Amino acid sequence: MTTDVPAAPGELILPSYRRPAGVHPPLDSPAYRSSLLRAPKRPPVLLRQGLTEVTGPLLGAERVTAADADLTARGGGEPIGERIILTGRVLDSGGRPVPDTLIEIWQANAAGRYAHGIDDHDAPLDPNFGGAGRCMTDSEGRYRFITIKPGAYPWKNHRNAWRPAHVHFSLFGRAFTQRLITQMYFPGDPLFAQDPVYNSVPDPRARERMVARFDLGITQPEWALGYQWDIVLRGRAATAFEPEEGEERR
Amino acid sequence: MSLPLTPSQTVGPFLAIGLPWPDGPFVVPEGTPGAITITGRVLDGAGEPVPDALIETWQAAPDGSFAHPDDPRGPGAAWQPGAGGFRGFGRCPTDQDGRYRIITLRPGALPGPGGGTEAPHLDVSVFARGLLDRVVTRIYLPDEHVANAADPVLAAIAPDDRRATLLAVAEPGAGPAAFRFDIRLQGGRETVFFDV
Repeated sequence: MTTDVPAAPGELILPSYRRPAGVHPPLDSPAYRSSLLRAPKRPPVLLRQGLTEVTGPLLGAERVTAADADLTARGGGEPIGERIILTGRVLDSGGRPVPDTLIEIWQANAAGRYAHGIDDHDAPLDPNFGGAGRCMTDSEGRYRFITIKPGAYPWKNHRNAWRPAHVHFSLFGRAFTQRLITQMYFPGDPLFAQDPVYNSVPDPRARERMVARFDLGITQPEWALGYQWDIVLRGRAATAFEPEEGEERR
Repeated sequence: MSLPLTPSQTVGPFLAIGLPWPDGPFVVPEGTPGAITITGRVLDGAGEPVPDALIETWQAAPDGSFAHPDDPRGPGAAWQPGAGGFRGFGRCPTDQDGRYRIITLRPGALPGPGGGTEAPHLDVSVFARGLLDRVVTRIYLPDEHVANAADPVLAAIAPDDRRATLLAVAEPGAGPAAFRFDIRLQGGRETVFFDV
């Protein structure tokens, strides 16, 4: 790791992205058994952000159609389950919207079964529900999906282990540093307390930021329940020269 | 204004429902002149393959440029419409043997942050069941001897045996355009991962 020095004449002036602290789960989270043989044991090497890190793929529009945001309209008929609208904004930590960025989601069906060959949960598949969707955020960072509420499902992490209902969200942002894959949960889920994935996030307030909010204003009468969930990606430091030691830590 | 971040969570075992693209491994179309292939395996701490991981790569074009507003030099020829479809970004799920494959062009050298020159490299994100957040590494090419020797990121990693985990190796008997880059999540030869 080199120390920050003033830019030499002719040197590129690049933005930098604040490093998160105390937000993401530690990779080494033994209560989540799958991490035992997969989480690296050595501390990561601090990498000074350069061109490769402050840029990133600005893609997706060419591979997304409006129909991709409606997960209930991908089969021959209506899927079984509670129809829901998931909507919100993608922002950076400076409060700026992240426009024109690809969001990809995937989830279990209403019975808690994934349309995937290795899911052996004894619950029915739904021929009208594949469980994948995608969309681009608009100019204000907004997204909107129509889907069905996923069911909880058992897994073998510990005795009588059940995952709370969740939807997987994948986001690119505008830079390699902003890439994020996470899970959105539903409010009041009684399964939170026993879930090592949800609880891998150390700060209880940060955990709550993964939980959508039920919104009667988004709910459409006689049709679908509405949930609102904003996603916040890493933002830029105030100037390119702000020393990392002086960055805000959260 | 300062908003607290959304935490990361694992992709879980069913990422294949939502993330792979049919053209994901093809940063350039197969058969593009000058294309290189990078294959490798993702291995866990017991040396077993990780069959439910996703690899993503991001890199400069052969002239070292990016098609991005924060590269003040502007995009080079490879990014132009009609130039052959270089995307800079690759994505490949691992198979039952933990294997992935990326077909791309050789990245160019870059002006480094704070001066100096970074050797050609690809940034790599690894997602998998068991990883609660992505891990990030870099692929350097083994035949870039001079550039690698001057690279500030490689130079800062000691000892040499850890540095070697960032270097692809020539795929034996597969010609000059085929490289192998294995990713060891854990263990004695654990890959160097970066905090970006």
